[in-house]
Amino acid sequence: MDRIPILKLGRALLVTIQVDMHDRLATALEEDLSAKIVASGARGVLIDISGLDLVDSFMGRMLDNIAAVSRMLDAETVVVGMRPAVAITLVELGLELSGVKTALNVERGMALIQTQLEDVDVGDVGP
Amino acid sequence: MGDGTVRLSEWLEVHQTEIIAAWTRQLRDSGGHGAGRVRDAELDGQCKSFLEALLNAIKSDGTDDIDREGYAPVRDLLNDMSQSRALQGFSPSETATFVFLLKEPLFSLIQRELTSDPAAALDEIWRLSSLLDKLGLFTTEAYQRSREDVIVRQQQEIAELSTPVVKLWEGILALHLIGILDSTRTQVVMESLLQAIVDQSADIAIIDITGVPTVDTLVAQHLLKTIAAARLMGADCIISGIRPQIAQTMVHLGVELSVVSKASLADAFALALRRTGRTVTALKTPVLQSVG
Repeated sequence: MDRIPILKLGRALLVTIQVDMHDRLATALEEDLSAKIVASGARGVLIDISGLDLVDSFMGRMLDNIAAVSRMLDAETVVVGMRPAVAITLVELGLELSGVKTALNVERGMALIQTQLEDVDVGDVGP
Repeated sequence: MGDGTVRLSEWLEVHQTEIIAAWTRQLRDSGGHGAGRVRDAELDGQCKSFLEALLNAIKSDGTDDIDREGYAPVRDLLNDMSQSRALQGFSPSETATFVFLLKEPLFSLIQRELTSDPAAALDEIWRLSSLLDKLGLFTTEAYQRSREDVIVRQQQEIAELSTPVVKLWEGILALHLIGILDSTRTQVVMESLLQAIVDQSADIAIIDITGVPTVDTLVAQHLLKTIAAARLMGADCIISGIRPQIAQTMVHLGVELSVVSKASLADAFALALRRTGRTVTALKTPVLQSVG
């Protein structure tokens, strides 16, 4: 079965979705990602959906789920590169992904995660 | 019928100049065409080419059915004429009068030629009358069609004009909403805003609703949808230009816009600049006028 690659980039994980998502692929991604967050100790997850031009309600819910799971594992999710048509579709479906942070592209998403990590690090007493 | 057709076309050919003269005189007298909107030479030309086309059609086709192939040149001519008349601001009746006024010169011609045979004259007049009626109606329809085309085009232009997305600064966009927001327009607004966000890599979009006359629950919902879609693209929205009455109505309706809203576009712009780490300061010595 196909799997979506998850790349580690500093303290963040980068997931680039470039194929049409079908439901099984989405579920597999959710599992892989949560395992990888724990294994790598990542503090941020970037999901790049610039290659995605079809979304349905399942896909929207999956993004929400991934964000919720990641937050529970202490990693912030940022969805980047959403196309205008996809954004309109999600809004019309009533899925506003309120639990997910968004950014225009990977670069900005990365910057967003960096600033958040810095904020957290300042507060960390840590070893 | 065959005899009649031959006779009619012969008369038309022989008395062409005379008919055109009488016809154009009538057109000018009727007022509609004499108001300087159509020049005399142009009118003469139109009359002449129409009569020629009609003559050819009657000769070649031999029937009165204007939908047939033989009448195609006549139809084209009337189509073009109606279109230009519609654009010039003629009324439908003024446009159709062009054809109807041809009746009188033709009828008097037939009467003159067939004084000895009133029954044949009546037949001929009846035939010609129904033919010209059909052509007149065709003219009106063509007129109507071209007017509708104009309306459709204007609607598109208005839809495009009323959703200008302008770049205020690097990464800051402003969307001026003008007029009433309905579902179709919201769609256009949303699409153009989102596209602009992508094109300009904008962080912040200011939605200025100074030009929106009323905000009801539906409009508010449309606004919220636009804001949610922009957020999904990674851009923040600021609403500006809510007029006092509108603010009151919205509160009374129980509509809540869960976004930052500022009274004026200037305030919203200042906030947007601050959020993107910029600030506007006054110069110590103002440059009153740029030289050169």
